[in-house]
Order: sequence, then C-alpha cells, then structure tokens
Amino acid sequence: MKNTPFTQKHIALGAKMAPFAGYNMPISYTGINDEHATVRNNAGVFDVSHMGEFILKGENALDLIQRVTSNDASKLEAGKAQYSCLPNDNGGIVDDLLVYCIEPNKVYMLVVNASNIEKDWNWISAHNTKNVEMHNISDKTCLLAIQGPNATKILQPLTEVDILNLKYYTFVKGTFAGVENVLISATGYTGAGGVEIYFEDKDGAAEKIWDAIFAAGGPKGMKAIGLGARDTLRLEMGFCLYGNDIDDATSPLEAGLGWITKFTKDFTSKSTFEKQKAEGIKRKLVGFEMIDKGIPRSHYEIKDAEGNVLGFVTSGTQSPSLGKALGLGYVATSHANLDTEIFIAVRDKLLKAKVAKIPFV
Amino acid sequence: MNFPDNLRYTKDHEWVSLNGNVATVGITDFAQSELGDIVFVEVETVGKALGHGEIFGTVEAVKTVSDLFLPVAGTITELNPALAGSPELVNTDPYGEGWMIKMTVSNPAEVEALMDAAGYKAIVG
Repeated sequence: MKNTPFTQKHIALGAKMAPFAGYNMPISYTGINDEHATVRNNAGVFDVSHMGEFILKGENALDLIQRVTSNDASKLEAGKAQYSCLPNDNGGIVDDLLVYCIEPNKVYMLVVNASNIEKDWNWISAHNTKNVEMHNISDKTCLLAIQGPNATKILQPLTEVDILNLKYYTFVKGTFAGVENVLISATGYTGAGGVEIYFEDKDGAAEKIWDAIFAAGGPKGMKAIGLGARDTLRLEMGFCLYGNDIDDATSPLEAGLGWITKFTKDFTSKSTFEKQKAEGIKRKLVGFEMIDKGIPRSHYEIKDAEGNVLGFVTSGTQSPSLGKALGLGYVATSHANLDTEIFIAVRDKLLKAKVAKIPFV
Repeated sequence: MNFPDNLRYTKDHEWVSLNGNVATVGITDFAQSELGDIVFVEVETVGKALGHGEIFGTVEAVKTVSDLFLPVAGTITELNPALAGSPELVNTDPYGEGWMIKMTVSNPAEVEALMDAAGYKAIVG
C-alpha cells in the first residue's frame, strides 16, 4: 500500500486510516459529522494526494484532449479549468476528470481519480496517435484541498497571489508558504468554496505547506478532514462519484452530465450520445430524499408503489447538514420528475422517498 | 478505550448487563468508534423470542450499516426510547444512556458464559 507525504501527519492526528485506491488514506479524524460541519461552516484540509495528474504537451495536445473528452477544451484559456469525462467506446464513462489549461494549445494537466490512474493513462495513450508528450506526474504530485467559506481568508497570508478573488474554476501559479511553483485552483468537491493546491514534494515542501496551513488555520478552527466527510459533502451537492454514480456502463446524459457533453466537436461515442439525446434517455440519475425513516445505501433497489423495479441507489447517506437521509440513484425516466414518489428497498422493507432537486443544500 | 469490568461481552462487540433474568444490551466503545457517527438504530423485534446470535436489529452510521446480533437467547422487551431522537447517545455514552435493548433472558447462565472485560479487550487489542 502506498503512502502520501502526509500519512504520518494523519496518523499523528489520530485519524482512522483505511486503504483506498491502493493508498493508506484518512477516513476520519474527529468524526464525519463534526468534520462535515467544519467544512460547511469554516474550513477544512483534505489530503487528496492519491489523485492522478497527467501533463499533456505539444502542438497536438488539445487535439488529443478534444477527441478523448466530452467537454469542449478549446474554450479554455490559460488559467482556466473544466470538468469533463472520458467516454468509452460503448457510451459509458472511463473516468471523470478536470482539464487544466496551463498554456493554450500546448500544455494541459488532467486530474483523474486515484482508482483509475492506470486505466485512464492506458486509454489516453491508446488514442495518442499524434505523438503528444505525456507525463504521469501522479506519484510526485501532492494535492491538498482546503475547503470551506473561510478557507481562502485563512490561506491568503501564505501567498502573494490574490486567492481571495480567484474565480471558480480558475487557477494561478505562485509561491505558497515559501514553496515555489504551487498551482492554486479555485475548485473542489464540497460546494463549500475554497481552493485546491498542487505541488511537487521536494525539499520538504509537503511538510512545509501542511505545517504553514495549520499554523495559520489551527487557531481559527481549521481541521484535517477525512474521506468520509468528503463523501457526505459531495453527496449533498449531488456531485457524481466515479464507481458509484457513474461508471463504464453509465452515459453522461443519463448521469445529468449533458452540460459537459458538447456536440460541437468530435469525440469518443459522440454518435451514441447524439442518438440518446434525439431519442430520449430511458433512465436518469436523480437525487431523492427519504420520507420514511431509513438510510439508502449503494445498490439498494428503487421501486414504484407496486413493487416494480425502477432502478437502483448509487450513493446514499444521512445528510449531516440537513439531518435527513438522502441519496442518488438511477430511475426510469417516467419516475424522474421532481417530487415523484419512489420506494427504496431497505433490507426487507419498501421505504417511501421522493425525487428531490440537487444540490440538496 | 473503556470496557467496564461489570459487563459481559460478545465477539460481535455487544455488551450485556444482567439483573436477575433481565439483561440490558448495547454495543461496545470499540464498536461505536469503528462505526463512527450513528444516525439510526432500528429494532423491530420487541416482543419476539429470538435465539442466541439471531439478528435483532440494525445500526446505521453515516457511512455504514451493521446488523445487531442477540448475545443470548430471550425476548426483547424494550428498545431504548431515547435513541429515536438522539441516536448519537450510542457514540457518546455506549454503556449508559446509549443502551439499546432490554430483554428477558431464557437462561441467565448463558450470560455468565460470555467474555469478561479482559477477554474482550484481548480480542479488540
């Protein structure tokens, strides 16, 4: 199992550790509810260094990205990032990712899920027919997500670049806590605001940055946050988690990702998606909240009042912010409208729920 | 971690406190810590006679759901009413306010045969 440069910090903080995507990762420190509230109301720090980063360089880099991703990366200017996905040949999804435009038409960074690094690398490499220079920098790249309404206020004194006014899905490079060449990105997976910072762990940079962040944030109540709260925070926002809500067999249109599926360019499975769009999709990923008492979990069946199967739950939890149980799941399009009554098969019972708007918070 | 000496324990991480033939049952400090924030305790077997090791309910934490196994044979007489509104009591006071059920025990000697605190401590490290 791999460690991140912060593993010893997590253990010293008393984190509950567990293997995730081949890494020894912190699941929680003080408890999911407490960590969740810390991010929603103040600021928290996630070590997500397990995530993968690829650099694509050269005059054909944009062409390659355009062919393998669903969103239109030609719209990106330097310093802008975009959410996208890698469709497979069967209209499913290889992975979802962020595309960072470092230098238009020349240098891009792709940020992919930890569990898919090898799969994505092989997939993109197989499509690299025009000699784009590709570098997998995942192992040497640290990623910390500092999220929450107070995150940028707490971090601003650590850097000369203006991060207080950094617009959503834009990024800058600068010196952070004395470490040069840190990429600071106004992105995240929590809906709580804040930044994500990417940097290379050399000459003790990881420890220097972690310690500086907590020296600045500790007195203001900033805490380390585990993957448990990362999941509840993203679920309250209705953000898809690869492997749960989207996978090799789900279409981005079914998953509500039509907004990152751009038919103005050519890409893998484009014609499949065009056909789906023209004919209408048969199932849809929806948010729902429980009416009866119970917690929905991934893979539970979703049924109608007569007990006919409509689909299945892909993610579910008790929402720490709202104090009620909610989830995401695929249902037949006939039952995807807001407020439609659906039933979740929780063990031997059918519990009433209703389709709800996302984000939930 | 706290494992009171006056209780008996099971390998399924439950504790039992016996008074005559009435037992109070809950989950251990280790179990609540492993589960994390508990959000729902469901027991629909009140009044039913169940055997040792049978599932009598479920405990839902934010991330996971776990079955509850009856430590000894008997009949559940009561679910802790406080848990409906405050399931987090299982986290904050697992051996006190966070008790789960009361039951009449078919054979009190079965309780005596369960692990003592030292034995349980040995299996959870």
